[in-house]
Amino acid sequence: MKRSVAMFACGLLFGVGLVLGGMTQTAKVIGFLDVTGAWDPSLAFVMGGALAVYAVAWPLIQRRERPLLARRFQVPSRQDLSPRLLGGAALFGVGWALAGFCPGPAIVAVGGGADSALLFLPSMIVGMWLFRQWDAWTTRRAERAS
Amino acid sequence: MENFTPISSTLGGLMIGLSAALVMLFQGRIAGISGILAGLLGPRPGEVGWRLWFVVGLLVGGAVMVIVWPQGFAAEVTRSPLAIVAAGLLVGFGTRLGSGCTSGHGVCGISRMSRRSIVATLTFMATGALTATVVTQFFGGVL
Repeated sequence: MKRSVAMFACGLLFGVGLVLGGMTQTAKVIGFLDVTGAWDPSLAFVMGGALAVYAVAWPLIQRRERPLLARRFQVPSRQDLSPRLLGGAALFGVGWALAGFCPGPAIVAVGGGADSALLFLPSMIVGMWLFRQWDAWTTRRAERAS
Repeated sequence: MENFTPISSTLGGLMIGLSAALVMLFQGRIAGISGILAGLLGPRPGEVGWRLWFVVGLLVGGAVMVIVWPQGFAAEVTRSPLAIVAAGLLVGFGTRLGSGCTSGHGVCGISRMSRRSIVATLTFMATGALTATVVTQFFGGVL
């Protein structure tokens, strides 16, 4: 119960922040990414604001033994710059610039009833599903080979 | 720079950072939206509730803001359905292959000084900038 309320409040705060920041306006996002046009640097301020808070909060939270509502912290520890990391990030950037949506704002814009997001979000979920199929297929193939 | 909104964008960013910090404090997890959503597709025990409530919060946030602050949805580009579907597929596949998006890598990862997240963020910013520039220069901004 406590956890549901806390996570709902976090989602709400995140969503309101995305809208206020301008991330649900696809023209603003593309205006930021396109540095050759009428460049709109607003989104750098979104990033700056978010980084400022999280970078201060992170070391303070890490002093705790465990989170308030879960048994332990689960934080990625990998350091390798794998082809998957680079390839995935590269594909994501292309998709982000084509429509102007990254995952968070796409969900928020569906809540706001934006037509383009209503088509984008299901497509994104299909993309995630396709990744699972491809990932399972490559794993099976690697197992057969070894 | 006529649409430049430094104040509301900074405020929005502060809220995003605060929310992500609270997700770490409460739940001990990275507030990466692509990862949170993907965890709902092949759900594991104990991994559904917190993700679902967070996503519901995002949706309600959008529904509330479209009423109280409709200009937050004003500047939309026009894209053909085909371009939107292609973009969605790329974002869905790419964020899973690359283990994160703007929130998980861009906000949380960079703040934690994660080498992988810094490189991932530089990569998607670069391909995003390149793509947006190509669309403007060679397609007249129309897709």
